[in-house]
Amino acid sequence: MTTKLPKVPVVVVGMGWAGSIISAELTKAGIKVVGLERGKERKMSDYLMVHDELRFQHREELMQDLSKETITHRNNKKIRALPMRHYGTFIVGDGLGGAGSHWNGQTYRFLPYDFEIKTLTEKRYGAGKIKPEIPLQDWGITYDEIEPYYDTFEKMAGISGETVELYGERSNPYPTGPMLKTPVLEEFEKATKKLGYKPYIMPSANLSENYTNPDGISRAACQYCAYCENFGCEYGAKADPVVTVIPVAKETGNLDLRTHANVTRIVNDGTKATGVIYVNTFTGEEFEQPAEVVVVTSYVFNNARLLLNSNLGKPYNPDTGEGVIGKNYCYQVSSGYSTLYYDDKEWNLYAGAGALGIEIPEYTGDNFDHSDLNFLHGAGIRTTQYGNRPIATNHAPVGTPSWGAEFKKQSIKYANSVLQVKSQGASLPHRNNYLDLDPTYKDAYGMPLLRMTYDYTEQDKQLVKYISKVTRKIAEEMGPDHIDTVGEQAAFNVNVDTNTHNTGGVIMGADPETSAVNSYLQMWDADNVFVIGASAFPHNSCFNPTATLSALAYRASEGIERYLKGGGSLV
Amino acid sequence: MPDNEKGNGTDKTSTRRAFLKSSGLTIGGLVVGGTIGTFLGRGEPETGVKTEQAEPTPVQNPNEALMFFYPDEYQKTMAAAERIFPADDLGPGAKELNVAIYIDHQLASQWGVNARDYRLGPWYNPEPTQGSQIKLLRKDLFRLGLKELDNYSNKNYQKDFVALEASEQDEILVAFEQGEAGSLSGVSSSEFFKLLRTLTMEGVYADPMYGGNNQMNGWAMRKYPGTRMNYVKEIESTEFIELEPQSLRNHMGH
Ligand SMILES: Cc1cc2nc3c(=O)[nH]c(=O)nc-3n(C[C@H](O)[C@H](O)[C@H](O)COP(=O)(O)OP(=O)(O)OC[C@H]3O[C@@H](n4cnc5c(N)ncnc54)[C@H](O)[C@@H]3O)c2cc1C
Ligand code: SF4
Repeated sequence: MTTKLPKVPVVVVGMGWAGSIISAELTKAGIKVVGLERGKERKMSDYLMVHDELRFQHREELMQDLSKETITHRNNKKIRALPMRHYGTFIVGDGLGGAGSHWNGQTYRFLPYDFEIKTLTEKRYGAGKIKPEIPLQDWGITYDEIEPYYDTFEKMAGISGETVELYGERSNPYPTGPMLKTPVLEEFEKATKKLGYKPYIMPSANLSENYTNPDGISRAACQYCAYCENFGCEYGAKADPVVTVIPVAKETGNLDLRTHANVTRIVNDGTKATGVIYVNTFTGEEFEQPAEVVVVTSYVFNNARLLLNSNLGKPYNPDTGEGVIGKNYCYQVSSGYSTLYYDDKEWNLYAGAGALGIEIPEYTGDNFDHSDLNFLHGAGIRTTQYGNRPIATNHAPVGTPSWGAEFKKQSIKYANSVLQVKSQGASLPHRNNYLDLDPTYKDAYGMPLLRMTYDYTEQDKQLVKYISKVTRKIAEEMGPDHIDTVGEQAAFNVNVDTNTHNTGGVIMGADPETSAVNSYLQMWDADNVFVIGASAFPHNSCFNPTATLSALAYRASEGIERYLKGGGSLV
Repeated sequence: MPDNEKGNGTDKTSTRRAFLKSSGLTIGGLVVGGTIGTFLGRGEPETGVKTEQAEPTPVQNPNEALMFFYPDEYQKTMAAAERIFPADDLGPGAKELNVAIYIDHQLASQWGVNARDYRLGPWYNPEPTQGSQIKLLRKDLFRLGLKELDNYSNKNYQKDFVALEASEQDEILVAFEQGEAGSLSGVSSSEFFKLLRTLTMEGVYADPMYGGNNQMNGWAMRKYPGTRMNYVKEIESTEFIELEPQSLRNHMGH
């Protein structure tokens, strides 16, 4: 039996960055919001015992419980998709704050090139440059249009950083100065400057200094405690919805937050939604929450899955290229890197922060000439200092056995004497990479799981090969005693790859034929449904996604306010 | 003020409390984070002043007991883990670090019964890129693997695994690693090896509250300071600063 609850103006599905920003903005404007979150409540004091590598990093305490739901994966349409039974690759957020509680806090804007990638690529290289199997699209919004929303997000979160010439113009400098330039980062800086590059300190949501934001929230500076990514911050130094936007939304008295509430369906007639169905995950009781506006902020995977399970929007068909839900699923490529071993240098590598790093901008986007290259876009090339934790970090030169006396000797020898020059490469869509519903496997509530059909493409392999050579060049300039370089992109492996930047599936654009949502992330097919997250990205850039999805969330909240007043399509 | 180097006698917990008091999260003047105060109820006295104490007499560690293994399984696990991470002139090996105690406790935990894994069927053999699809629970896979260690060594060396020379034990573990030992209810012996290797490394380096990393000597060997609250000084230092390890027990005073 389903209990029908009283109707509310807005129901939000999922309380990560996207859902929490929407909730804060709308409740501040006096609008009543019901926030449904499948996971648990969270507060800053929950992070006190967080310096536990086993529990949080290797047993994934803060992540989605896979016994309840997972995704299935296959590398191509010819094989049977099987469930990801335990983590290995991307990890998925859960609970109040979502992945915003355990992210690193590397907070980049995307490039002007990203938002108009099709137009700008064709303009510079001609129409033939984009291969037919790559459905590259403009985003339906320009950098100049999204810039004010980036600015709002950065001020709310207190992002620390420095202006980079090669990137999009900023209306304001970063609200706080860059993170410390540590001796490790200086090694990279010296080498890259010698090679003629212009390194910059990575923009960070780990505050470089104490900061009070426009909402009146004060947070302490980062302590470089080294338990950052995969962990919550017990100082509140890392921007996390739990210590920024959620307290603001709560203060208004307009947020009705319900945790352990797992949404299974959006109730709709194909052109309008009337609310959502959710299950109390403790009792199994089912509720219907009617609402004027349904905001779907349940991360890339469930954003697509909820729409598909609710028959909302037209599913993507890889054979015809028609349909939009599940289209342009993208990831990132990070297999081009060099590992540097030093025989008689030691750094305090046990110390660090999730967004402590240094990077060069010259190989990002279209900042280098692709005329003679058989790939598009590029990568950020960087050295980071997260704090090396001992279960996860046991580097030994290639050729060392993976266990036994020699392994022990080498991994301990280099424990404080190993650096890396890494890369994070863009991921372009491919016609055959997409999301749909799995025909076989179900979640704990009986709803079909999301099926991912995905493999790295020729574009990815070429990009990795090219970029790895640059990492090698920088590594050589840094002058270690030994370098190992990896430059081959192997097949996608659901238990091996480690990047948490999934994008696409409910993409934005200017054309309802080729996109699911408009530039306010309002569904073309149902104008009272807003689907917010990196699911809206038509391709993935070479930067971490959160600032961009959060900027889009700020824009969407403006759209929702307008919609509540006047209704109809916002564009 | 950052934590300091080895045993200088400052009370780390009070330093941190003072830090939090001066920089807590506030909204419109109200403290919202609420990290300040005694959440765990087992802290140092509020004053944060530690009284000098005489060296305590060594007490038995109640954690050194078995909740999953039978004694022979424990012996075998100790011997096998020691080959993965042997004692040498750098420091203790898995045996002395209580890695087998750690493994015992993990297999008895919810992780041993795959409580947070997706467990619904059907079960098919995966492509190499699809991740493992093993229906056996970790605790059962490990137990079967230990049994096969003896089967295999008796077949090839006419002795139980624990009675073999280290070099012979290594040969057997290589056979397991390469999936050449007998199957474990249909699962490759290499899966047992992976579990053994993973658990061994965790037992060497996880917080000592889990039963391994005895006396934090796993950490000390690689000059890892454990779980300190901040590294504001160390992060900028061009010199390597070696700190005495601290475990999560040190965070209980808040
Ligand atoms: C370890 C790690 C490090 C990262 N580091 C960075 C970084 O440095 N920089 C960066 O930009 N990004 C980083 N990311 C990615 C970043 O965390 C995400 O992009 C961002 O947090 C996504 O926000 P979101 O609100 O879209 O989704 P989420 O934060 O995932 O929130 C979605 C919420 O919806 C809930 N939910 C899902 N389904 C349902 C349902 N059916 N019913 C009810 N609730 C539901 C979930 O429980 C979750 O709380 C990292 C991610 C991880 C895991
Ligand atoms: S590294 Fe800094 S931001 Fe990250 S958890 Fe530690 S104190 Fe917080």
